[in-house]
Amino acid sequence: MNWGSAAEFFAMGGYATYVWGSYAVSVLVIVGELLLHGRRRRTCLRRLGRRVRPEKNPS
Amino acid sequence: MELNIWRFASPQVIYPIAGRMVPVFMALAALFTLAGLYIAFFVAPTDFQQGESYRIIFIHVPAAWMSMLIYLVMAFWCAVGMIMNTRLSFMMALALAPTGAFMTFIALWTGALWGKPTWGTWWVWDARLTSELILLFLYVGFMSLHAAIDDVRRADRAAGLLALVGVVNVPIIYFSVQWWNTLHQGASVSLTRAPSMASTMLAGMLVMTIAAWMYGIAMSLMRLRTIVLEREADSDWVQELFASPACGAKA
Amino acid sequence: MNPAHEGRAGLAAVFVSVVQRDLLLAVRRRADVLTSFFFFIIVVSLFPLGVGPEPNTLREIAPGVVWVAALLASMLALQRLLASDYADGTLEQLALSAQPLTLLVLAKILAHWLVTGIPLVLIAPLLGLQFDLPVEGLVAMTAGLLLGTPVLSLVGAIGAALTLGVRGAGGLVALLVLPLYIPVLIFGAGAVSAAVSGQSVEGHMSLLAAFLLFSLAAAPWASAAAIRIAVE
Repeated sequence: MNWGSAAEFFAMGGYATYVWGSYAVSVLVIVGELLLHGRRRRTCLRRLGRRVRPEKNPS
Repeated sequence: MELNIWRFASPQVIYPIAGRMVPVFMALAALFTLAGLYIAFFVAPTDFQQGESYRIIFIHVPAAWMSMLIYLVMAFWCAVGMIMNTRLSFMMALALAPTGAFMTFIALWTGALWGKPTWGTWWVWDARLTSELILLFLYVGFMSLHAAIDDVRRADRAAGLLALVGVVNVPIIYFSVQWWNTLHQGASVSLTRAPSMASTMLAGMLVMTIAAWMYGIAMSLMRLRTIVLEREADSDWVQELFASPACGAKA
Repeated sequence: MNPAHEGRAGLAAVFVSVVQRDLLLAVRRRADVLTSFFFFIIVVSLFPLGVGPEPNTLREIAPGVVWVAALLASMLALQRLLASDYADGTLEQLALSAQPLTLLVLAKILAHWLVTGIPLVLIAPLLGLQFDLPVEGLVAMTAGLLLGTPVLSLVGAIGAALTLGVRGAGGLVALLVLPLYIPVLIFGAGAVSAAVSGQSVEGHMSLLAAFLLFSLAAAPWASAAAIRIAVE
């Protein structure tokens, strides 16, 4: 174990900006990619649903 | 045997298979990420030269490797598509491109944040960093070209050709920049890491790399499924799939 | 220019006739050709105004400025390489003709380089004088441009062919082609810098020549493939 306390862990030996900046942006990018794809998939499914069962989903 | 392989070139066959594989690879990605982060932050020791800032490489190096690997795989599928004339290969390539571009962006961003405390500057015109930037341009060019052409078949082939041209050029660009960099000694910074790297550091990097692989596979299969639906919307099998009440609920 | 009529003509004759046709068209549309030429001159001339008239600074930045401007000018000229022939159906005829399309594309690229590349090579020494470059630098710049501008035309042809009839082709060509120009820029500008500081330019020139040979072998083929994709 490298860290004496949670504060020490978050301070990253003075490099908090760099280390947490890297990890935060990476998480943001991955979450963003998942969200973008989710939106694309929902649009696609909605269009398909309309096409297959037009009587139930009047556009 | 050959018949079996060709069966998998059909979007109809691959769609449900990919659907079953996505959760598996996503779960694996999450598992390896957790394990990798645990090693990265709690097992790997503090680097005696760089202090804690080196912990960025656990995300930087896997992202950089992935960005290059995905481009190669993408170009491979484009080549297969150009030679065998299979629709699915191009869909695979198209499904990979955004993930590759995002990985390239992560590699560049974390590279800059690592460079600042290590070299005192956000950016150096080093061969690796420059090539990574060019790689981002190539990904963006690939996706823009595909998006700009309305006819899907033409877009597939044109973007495929571009991906192959890019594969030929990346090594040329890399070595050009490297040679150029050695000429400008003043600006050059040695990127080579300390020769002895703690084995736990290496282990953390490898586990994170496996996590990135799993994520890349899961993400590209997810996107492949959406691309298949977008393109095959008029086909009978998609219509049947969505006409059944069970799937209607899911939609 | 009926392709069937030329079926028996030698490849060389066909090659020459395509070059002649494109040169004739360029003479008729002089304004088009002059645009990229003056673009080059204007871009280069803007830098001293932006950076300041200090001769030492100008000498330092001259190789990069001239080469980047050459890259942009030859990229700007690419839109005229294939687009009009695509719009009026000539390109489709060429693709259907009995002659290998690769060779016809090479002929078009050669004609394009003669009208857009050569003027850049000729005017560059004059622009170099504006930047107070010594004679060795001017010689290296001219020789480098002579070897490098054909590479730009050859590689650019791939981008021009890929974006035929595409929405927003101009911006897209820049995105596709400029990254591929980087090696030429590095060694072209490097040769001038080396010459100015009294070093040998042999390595730079050899590499530029190697790029030229490689792109001469690969680019017409790739452009022809891209044209086939577009007209199919």
